[in-house]
Amino acid sequence: MYDKIFPPKKVSLSNGKVVLQKRSRTPLILIILIIAIIISMNFTDFSFSVLFTNIGQFFSIIGQMIPPNWSYLPKLWDALMDTLKMSLLGSLIGAIIALPFAVLASSNIIKSKIIVVIFKVILSLLRTLPTLVSALIATFVFGLGPMAGMVAIFLFTVSYVGKLLYEAIENVNMGAFEAMESIGMTRIQAFRYAIMPQVLPGYLSQSLFCFEGNVRYAAILGYVGAGGVGLLINEDLGWRDYPSVGMIIITLVVTVFIIERISEHFRKKLI
Amino acid sequence: MTTVEKQLRNAPRNYWYTIIVTVIVLALFYWSTTGVISLKDIDAKGFKIAGNILSGIVHPDTDLLFNITKQSVLYLLVETLAIAFLGTIVGGIISIPLAFLAASNIVPKPIAWLTRLLLIIIRTIPALVYGLMFIRVTGPGAFAGVLTIGLTSVGMLAKLYVDAIEELDTSVLESMTSIGCTTFEKIRYGIIPQLFSGFLSVTIYRFDMNMRDAATLGLVGAGGIGAPLIFAMNSYKWNQVGSILIGLVVLILIIELVSNKLRSRLVKG
Repeated sequence: MYDKIFPPKKVSLSNGKVVLQKRSRTPLILIILIIAIIISMNFTDFSFSVLFTNIGQFFSIIGQMIPPNWSYLPKLWDALMDTLKMSLLGSLIGAIIALPFAVLASSNIIKSKIIVVIFKVILSLLRTLPTLVSALIATFVFGLGPMAGMVAIFLFTVSYVGKLLYEAIENVNMGAFEAMESIGMTRIQAFRYAIMPQVLPGYLSQSLFCFEGNVRYAAILGYVGAGGVGLLINEDLGWRDYPSVGMIIITLVVTVFIIERISEHFRKKLI
Repeated sequence: MTTVEKQLRNAPRNYWYTIIVTVIVLALFYWSTTGVISLKDIDAKGFKIAGNILSGIVHPDTDLLFNITKQSVLYLLVETLAIAFLGTIVGGIISIPLAFLAASNIVPKPIAWLTRLLLIIIRTIPALVYGLMFIRVTGPGAFAGVLTIGLTSVGMLAKLYVDAIEELDTSVLESMTSIGCTTFEKIRYGIIPQLFSGFLSVTIYRFDMNMRDAATLGLVGAGGIGAPLIFAMNSYKWNQVGSILIGLVVLILIIELVSNKLRSRLVKG
């Protein structure tokens, strides 16, 4: 289509041969991008003048966060532990439940097409649902508190680990599986000894990575009443108590950093 | 003794390591169940609400879904898309200089280390906090959402850009120096072709993620589809919740599909 509107350039080589050089698509893509940017700017009322006159506000808030309110730490401790607990529990249970889901969604293990499609659809629907929305729904069912946050994190972990795991299972070398079936093992035994060893390191490493991300997510879930640090952040920003917010952010940064280091250590060992 | 048995005996024995890790994981598991699991708040009301949510999703408010006014789902979805798109562009532009400042093969170690620390801090602060801060700057609305998405993208984009920059093949640059290229030519023909597709692929991936973030930013009043969703939920209008969620899920799935297609084409070249 594009080549018909802008015919390819003809280049004659020194030996008299004529070759066609396709026109670059870059200008077209650039024009589309610029139009999309302009439309988006109109939609979102983007204005540089507002940005440049008021950006000082942003930095003054950051300025007020320093120095942080150290005496806030004891009050923060319980909430931080709640956040850690719900992300740990949600990730653990989620990673375990993701295993059967992933098996049921991989087309080389399950012969029935219908089951595979159903589980793939379930996993991708769960994945598109934003965590905050599922947390909010969970607060209606399980009441306010860390339980709702745990459920939201659990759902996200199942979908995330489940998707990566079924992709891994579908890409394994099936030779060992077939060999074990041929010597009379059941499908479950063959799965356990032929496929699990191939996908296990990847599975554990993805679960750890997901846990890292979940700690960050868990920190905001309190905003909808699902327990943890988010609740405090919401309150303190509402009261414009910025030194306390600064303290919360520092503890979060330290916690996430430590967890990242630990998980990175184990993930390096796994691969 | 057969070879198989010999191999079995030669297998490394790390029982202790396995046992210790298992014990730690079990202990953490037990610790995390204390205080989190509480089923006492579940009662008949909770199940009734769950039922209502499901029936609302199955019977969406089609009027809200398809009409074309400023309150309709379609308009809000386009607004959310615009926030995510513009936010990604802003984030991408800010990330490029930061990524070069954090690449240890470009700048001295201390500067790279400081920039990395800054990136970790930017990455850890929850998006909602930025949202609430930017609302003080721009007032509530989609503009605050764009800035928030932009800043949260920086944390991840810059980190992944750094990985691409540190893998730069410098021998190309050396050979260009040897044939007498100017600095500009070296950047244009030596560096940009190496980095461009990697940067673009990462940026498209982040756009995909930003769609999800933009959908929840409405919670703090930063525009997009989040705010109407929360209002509908808090007033128990599950039909409206259903139609908004359906629209959102469809849009996110489409974006994911397009982004996967584009990225696999970029990888193939």
